[in-house]
Amino acid sequence: MSESTLPPAAAHVGDDVQRVDDAAKLTGGAMYASDLVFAGMLYAQVKKSPHARAKILAINTSKAKNLPGVHAVLTGKELDYRIGLYVVDKDVLAKDVVRHFGEAVAAVAAESLDIACRAVDLIDVEYEVLPPVLNQLDALDENSPLVHPDLGSYDYVKASFSPQPGTNIPNLTKIRKGDIDAGFAEAKWIVEREYTNPSVQHVPLETHVAIVEWKAGDEVTIWSSAQSPFTLRDLFCRAFKLPHNKVRVVIPHVGGAFGGKAGIHLEPLLACLSRKAGGRPVKFQATREEEFSLLPCRSALTYKIKTGVGADGRITAQKLLMYWDSGAYADYAVNVTRASAYSAGGPYDIPNAWVDAYTIYTNKPWGTAYRGFGHVEFFWGLERHMELVAEVIGMDPLEFRKKNLLKPGSTTLTGERINEHTGNPLKCLEAAASAINYGRLTPEEQERQARTGRRIGKGIATLHKAPAMPSFTSTAAVIKMNSDGSVVVNIALTEIGQGTATVVTQMAADRLRFPVSRVKVAVERDTDKDPFDWQTVASKGLLLTGNAVIAACDDLLRQAYLDAAQVLRAQTVDLDHDGEKIFVKQRPEESVTFAALSIGYVYPNGNGIGGPLIGLGRYTAQGLTSLDKETGQGLPALDWTYGAHGVIAEVDPETGEYTVIKIASAFDVGKVINPGTMRGQCIGGMIQGLGTAECESYIYDDQGHLLNPSLTDNKILTAKDLPEEIECIAVETPQLDGPFGARGVGEHPMISVAPALANAIHDATGAELTHMPVRSEDVWRAIHNRLPVDTWVTKAPAV
Amino acid sequence: MWMSVEVNGHIYEREVTEHWTLLRFLREDLELTGTKDGCSAGECGACTVMLNGQAVNACMVLAAEADGATVETIEAEAVDGELSEIQAAFARNYAVQCGYCTAGMVMSVRELLEHNPKPTVAEIKEGIEGNLCRCTGYQQIIEAVLDVSGQIDSKSRGGLKYV
Repeated sequence: MSESTLPPAAAHVGDDVQRVDDAAKLTGGAMYASDLVFAGMLYAQVKKSPHARAKILAINTSKAKNLPGVHAVLTGKELDYRIGLYVVDKDVLAKDVVRHFGEAVAAVAAESLDIACRAVDLIDVEYEVLPPVLNQLDALDENSPLVHPDLGSYDYVKASFSPQPGTNIPNLTKIRKGDIDAGFAEAKWIVEREYTNPSVQHVPLETHVAIVEWKAGDEVTIWSSAQSPFTLRDLFCRAFKLPHNKVRVVIPHVGGAFGGKAGIHLEPLLACLSRKAGGRPVKFQATREEEFSLLPCRSALTYKIKTGVGADGRITAQKLLMYWDSGAYADYAVNVTRASAYSAGGPYDIPNAWVDAYTIYTNKPWGTAYRGFGHVEFFWGLERHMELVAEVIGMDPLEFRKKNLLKPGSTTLTGERINEHTGNPLKCLEAAASAINYGRLTPEEQERQARTGRRIGKGIATLHKAPAMPSFTSTAAVIKMNSDGSVVVNIALTEIGQGTATVVTQMAADRLRFPVSRVKVAVERDTDKDPFDWQTVASKGLLLTGNAVIAACDDLLRQAYLDAAQVLRAQTVDLDHDGEKIFVKQRPEESVTFAALSIGYVYPNGNGIGGPLIGLGRYTAQGLTSLDKETGQGLPALDWTYGAHGVIAEVDPETGEYTVIKIASAFDVGKVINPGTMRGQCIGGMIQGLGTAECESYIYDDQGHLLNPSLTDNKILTAKDLPEEIECIAVETPQLDGPFGARGVGEHPMISVAPALANAIHDATGAELTHMPVRSEDVWRAIHNRLPVDTWVTKAPAV
Repeated sequence: MWMSVEVNGHIYEREVTEHWTLLRFLREDLELTGTKDGCSAGECGACTVMLNGQAVNACMVLAAEADGATVETIEAEAVDGELSEIQAAFARNYAVQCGYCTAGMVMSVRELLEHNPKPTVAEIKEGIEGNLCRCTGYQQIIEAVLDVSGQIDSKSRGGLKYV
């Protein structure tokens, strides 16, 4: 065999390889945490607060305890454990006070779900209702009640966050670039406006579910729908002061997550119930209603943007003030705030910038990570504002954006220099604009407009995002060869639907030069068996885990070559391999199969050498730094994925009703590993983004009661709500440190869909939309309440 | 109450809790966990099964109502380990991501195609409107239905564009 017969270097990467988890999921055979049942298992239920803010005066659990079949009843008074990702501010069960509607104040574990439900009904709680803090701007008032009076005593991650004791602010992130005053002095125009969006729900089809068993000797096992097994274990062990080797976290198939299942949720409570119930496993699955308020949501945001523009249309300065409503607990919101702050200006070259990003406590369900990690929220304001500024200065919005886009040599808000390998936002923007015939109506569209009386408008919006993660984020992969020469890959990056198992299979197969059929990525994640991964979040998995998998393949091959060199009496440099065997380059007939080497080579006389082939690969984000707390300068970004959306909308100018005719989106992913799964990520994100753009929103009354905790009153898009046409476009500017040149795209398709839609509606009708979601009635109101654009201009050239 | 029901070709005779839904009966009594519970309120369609040949939300039917009925669930869709044509088309078209809505989605598609072997895109959207999916954005599911109904070829298959 000559080298020319070898499979090409990339036989599967870039190809439409079918998902490796299809068969299990299509036949009902895939087991999710919600499907698991264990012998002796108990069912938990929680008693929830009907108030947003109240003192707990008394809890009477005696009737519940006496109900036959009840094995454990707990209240906050008995539990002295606090949890928190970055700011440790949440008791396992509310103690003395409740801080949001739906908060857990007591819990039971019983032999059946029915008994557990009856038991929580028998718990009486006496409250003293207090006026809630519901608006994050009000919460900044010095006379506002404090959601956490003890903020100053809480533990927190000091390298990254800055809580302000005596206030409702668990974090303030500052970015300072250039000279903001000089930048505004230089500006011909200054445009200032405020944009808002509400909290929304992730709505994974599988609600949060976990089973926890805390046996004698502190042996804890957690089966959970969580995204991040190692972070869950770490946070759990911190709360209970347990060594990591006492706690095992197992993650089976996960029914959607979108960030809402990152971190830690009800696992500590279930653990306490299990311990109290003699170590029996205790299961809890949130109802859909509980998913809205017992579990976290996405933070609301008020974004105040002040932009200075020079005579040439270049942005000279930008002051960006973010007010994030974190709800009752800091959780991920403090890091959403931080990650949004350093991305806050979008993919634009802004020489002088000032960002103050506040995380603010209120008495509402708390905000957590959600696909886009803040970027869906702030890009709403930013890309609406870019449209407004373009209108003020009389420039086409596409040209205005193009003039200000980052390009090689530009620096980001934190001082990172962009180069030609970082990615190409211009190509994304041009592709999206071209796909919707931006700036004009086609003859068909003109005809349609004339026929229907509805106005057609076109809008564009850009986006960027880098993974929000610690500067030293690391991961590992282990690849083990079976005795038939097939391999199993162990990683702790969870498969939550995004297609990780499939693309890892492709990358491993190509690096090994094996067919994909010989590669399996283990389904379950298990902290006792899998190598460490920080979290399955941030669109960082493909790059970090991909690199670790490549390193693991190389390590396995290195060992196989060493053993083969001995068997073939050759040096490793004399060897090459194909999908079956390692052979001597100049005499390919002298070869040994991987199967023969896999668990140790056996000579004809029975002697054995070598041993099981196991490759280990590690990868740590390279060269990133913490951000300076006063200036925000540093290197936070593993990689930047750029993108853009184009939307064609059709609006009834009488009623404000609208539909989306087309959405076209382009992303610079470096290298497409799997077109089918990438397209799936894109469309899924685009439609999820369209859902939050069109209709999704938490609605509260003036006492902080959540009014719409259901899929009837908080609709997500159905198949009937799809645009008539959806187009996904890949740009491939290779990421130099990415596996096969690839970078992540899991979150990005959801970002900036809303402003692209609103820009299209604005194009069609002139409606100025500043609040999302954009419902038909909002469009109607905006059409009928138009103010002149100079309402928001605070500096303009003399006429 | 005592009931007899045929599920996936097997007769089950069971004492069933009166207030239990068909969904709980299938998942907890019969341990057929392929049918998923996404809301217990008839909003999401994850629990769609065939009851006497009609797609229903199993969370909206009392188990007792299935006394004497024939029920089919996702577990009967593949035969002898071979994916059905619908399942194979889902796989070919990347119509599965997290998989939690998949069982119900396949059931709804099956009912649609039994009544309408060549549905238009609008009819497909109507047919799966009651099944929420948060991962895929539905498009690749629609393409899978066009595929299995012979209305798509390699040229018209939706794809990723490169620039």
